[in-house]
Formats: sequence, C-alpha cells, structure tokens
Amino acid sequence: MSRLALVLGAAGIMAVLLLVGLALPRWLLFLVTLAASHGIVSVGILVIMRGGLVSFGQGLVFAIGGYAAALSFTQLGITDVIVLILIGTLAATLVGAAVGPLLARYTGIFFGMLTLALSMVAYGVLIKSPAVGGSDGFNIPRGTLFGVRLEGAAGDYALYALAIVLTGLAATAVALHTRSARGLMTRAIHGNGLRVEYLGTSVQSVMAINFTIAAALGGLGGALTIVALGHIEPTFAYWTQSGEFVFVAILAGSQSVTAVFIASLALELVRSFSNLYFPNTWQLALGLFLLAIILFLPAGIGSLWAGRRKAPATGAETQA
Amino acid sequence: MTADTRPVLSARGLAKSFGAVVAAADVTIEVPAGQKLCLIGSNGAGKTTFVNMVTGYLKPDSGAIELDGEAITGLAPRAIARKGICRSFQIPQLCIELTAEENMLVAIAAAEPHGLSFWSDPAAGGRDARARELLDRFGLLAMADRPVSEMPGGMRKLLDIAMALARRPRLLLLDEPTSGVSAEEKFPAMDRVMEAVSGQASTIVFVEHDMDIVRGYADRVIAFYSGRVISDGTPDHVLSDAEVKRYVSGGAA
Repeated sequence: MSRLALVLGAAGIMAVLLLVGLALPRWLLFLVTLAASHGIVSVGILVIMRGGLVSFGQGLVFAIGGYAAALSFTQLGITDVIVLILIGTLAATLVGAAVGPLLARYTGIFFGMLTLALSMVAYGVLIKSPAVGGSDGFNIPRGTLFGVRLEGAAGDYALYALAIVLTGLAATAVALHTRSARGLMTRAIHGNGLRVEYLGTSVQSVMAINFTIAAALGGLGGALTIVALGHIEPTFAYWTQSGEFVFVAILAGSQSVTAVFIASLALELVRSFSNLYFPNTWQLALGLFLLAIILFLPAGIGSLWAGRRKAPATGAETQA
Repeated sequence: MTADTRPVLSARGLAKSFGAVVAAADVTIEVPAGQKLCLIGSNGAGKTTFVNMVTGYLKPDSGAIELDGEAITGLAPRAIARKGICRSFQIPQLCIELTAEENMLVAIAAAEPHGLSFWSDPAAGGRDARARELLDRFGLLAMADRPVSEMPGGMRKLLDIAMALARRPRLLLLDEPTSGVSAEEKFPAMDRVMEAVSGQASTIVFVEHDMDIVRGYADRVIAFYSGRVISDGTPDHVLSDAEVKRYVSGGAA
C-alpha cells in the first residue's frame, strides 16, 4: 500500500465514522469513543511490540495523561478539551522520554516486569494521595470545545468526533512510521538486535524512542478517556488496565493499526454485553474470546487482511 | 609515521583472559591498507577473540587498538562500526523474517548519518538502488523479495557479507566466509566473495580453516596458537613453518 493510499484510506475511514456517528444511539457513541481512546493506547504497545518487547505497564502513561488533563481542569480551570488533551499527551510524553532510556536497557521479561513495576508504583502513590481523591479519584465536569460547553447529545457527538479525528490522525502517523526506515529498523531489532548493533545502530536508542512514542499515545488515550468519562481514579494505572491494553494488542496482532481499533471495540462490546447478561462471569467470556483468537488467528485479527507474511512465528515470539 | 604508511588497523599488546584460559597474550598486529590478511589457528587458538576485541564485543584486558590512528579500544560494537570496521559472521546474523532486500535496507539505513527517518520510506533516496546493487554483486538479486527464512544457507552467508559492505568499511572482517560450504564449492564461493567485495572494501581480515583457500586468497597469514601469534608472513612462509604445521595445518589435515 502506498503512503498516499494509506493516508486517503485513513481519511476515508474517519469521514465514514463521523457520518455513521450521526446515526448511532448515545450509548453506542460513548462505547465507540472509549474504544477509540483505549485503542490508541494499544497502538502504542504495537509500536513497542514490533521491536520484540511488550510493555505490561501502559496504565502508567494512560493514568499520567488522564490525571494531567483532569487536574488541569479542576486545579487550573482549563476547560477546552483540546488543550486538556494536549496537556495530557505532553505530560505522558515527558514521562516516557524520562523512563524510556532506562527501560530500553532491558529486554524480554525484564522490560515487561519493569514497566509493570513502574505502573504499580504510580498506582500505589495515587491511592495514597488524598489531594487527587485517593482511591476514589475525582469527577471532572464536561469541558468546552471552542468555547461551547459539551452537553447533551451534541456534546456526546462532539467528543465522539474528537476521539475519531485525534486517534485517527495519531494512528495514521503510526502507520506511516511503521513503514519508515525507523519502523523497518524496529522490526530488524526484533529479528536480530545483535546484528543491528554491529551495523552501527543503537538498539537502546531506537527502543527508547519507540517507548516515548507509545507514552505519547498512552497519554492521548488517557486524556481522551477522562474528558469523555468525566471521572478518573487510580485504577487507570492498575495492572488489570495495562493487561487490557496488552490483550487488545495481542487480539489485533502487530501487523495492522486498524485491527487494534477493531479489537478495542470488540473488547468494549464483549464487556458491555457480558456485564449486562452475566455480570459475575464476564471475565470468563473475555478469556474464551482470547482463547478462540489465539487458536484460530494466532497472528491476530490484523492477519485476516495484512497477511503478506504468514505470521505464526512473529506472533508467537511477540506474545512471548 | 606519515599518513600514507600508517596502517589501517593497529593492535598492540592485546591481552585477554577468561579465568585461567589465556585467549590473547601480547597480540600485536598491524594491517596496512589494501592487504588481505588471513588468520589461521585451531579452535580456541584466539582468532575469534582477536576479531571480537577489534569489533568491540570483548574489551581487551590490556593493549591498544587503533583504526587509522584513532584509538577505538573498548568502544561498543556500534561505535566501532560507525568508525568503519564491519564484520560478517561465521553463523549468518540476519533478520530471517525480513526479505533479503529489507535486510540490505536495514544495513544501508544504519550506515547513513540520518538514515533512521521517522517518515520516509526505507527504500527512498536511492537506498533501494544501492540495496539491489549489493544484492546483485552477490548473485542474490533474484531472491530480493524472498524472506530470508526461505533462503538456503549458502545464500544467507553471502547476504551476511553483503550487509557488512553497506558502509563501504575501512576494514572488513570475514569470520569463516566459506564455512558450511562443501569442499568443491569453496573456491567458487570465495571467488564470488572476493569479486563482490572488490571496490567496496579493500582491507580485509578473514578467518579460514581451509589451507588451499588461505594459499589462494591471502597476501599475508597470521597463525595463532593458544592466544599467541606463532607465525606472521607470506602464505608460503607461514604454511611451511614447523610450528604452524604441528599446531595448525598439520593437525587439521
């Protein structure tokens, strides 16, 4: 697929989703908004995963983006959602740039465990911080967009449109990045990091930058989530939240950015309906769903159309 | 020493021990520009230790290594690669899920100062032409779009060498370029490598076990035994040395 075709395709999908949104019921609009906001965090995991590492701690940057945006609203009185989202994204990017070089010194399970540890430290600090609501977190009123308060059905649609446009633009940028020289180098690191070093490239530097990109996407997702949800709490940084992001990334496979959003929407739908019909066993449904994907689509949903390479080997190693 | 006579590689007094095992003891080797130097020795004699110290994988316990008069002792492999020492591997080190051309593009992007673009196509800016030219030199052009996992071992070996040339290195190190190639194919394989390498790299250090290959392709031979250089000179001189016959070539043949 050429770059132009990719950009036009992405613009087309975004336009269709914006039109479809006009006809969707409000509950579904909200569900898709959350799916897009969470999906972009998993796109970040995909950026890291293509280099052969998995972060089990994206809840950290998700929470930092969310708290930075929420606190800017309640403490600084900034109500414009675009400004809030920019602040959340920037805060998470800075944290990613600070811890990325440290994390990139590690590989395999050590990298995964360190990311998990960092996110759980953040969780621990947040539940012990009454200033930000402790374990209950706090609520954020609906923000404004270009001076207009986002209320009612129109407000819901505006947030939906914002989520589609911002995550769509970010995802398109990532899709272009994965097709760049740096994206190819990331795949080469997964294939043979030793050789990459002998060719003169620092594996640590490439992976640190990939982690920072993932952090930016995590912050964007966190900030989008809180402006739509109107609430934030320490569970944003909890390991089950990070696990959901990894779950979606594995469901999607590492070949397609679009597949991540489909996987994210599938997760939100399974969660909603399971919650409704069998609230006490919904995790069981989720587990069976993942099992079916691993058995029948080992390289993820994306392998249905992005299957140039048969990916069992790639998929299996990435998941390991 | 003037710039003209200064050696490309200068390693002086290198020593390296692993516990009680002496892998290098006072190894001093200077390689002038344009020379094809072959390292011989039985397994464990110290050839690979020397290659690993020169490429930065191992830090010598003592001694100094210079490339074109610039100290490179103890630098990381990537820093040494950037300065112009590139190597191929006894067991090819490739990204087997990528195609042959993608492997070449990775090597070429790594060799360019600003090759790791966030946006531009890895094949843009003439990189695809350079990748295909190098593949063609090694007779791999027909395999350009095939994943390495589908390529036979001999071709992987050639691709491994082609990747080491992406930077047009000042010094090229080839670790057993014909290992894994059957006896009757060794000469054609070595011919192909030397022909492909010419014009891309002129100063070459290679490790080889086949004494006929050594005689046919080296300007100079250095024999290692137990971490020491036991003989250094023309192929005829070194291969007729009594010690070399006893410890290196004689034992192997």
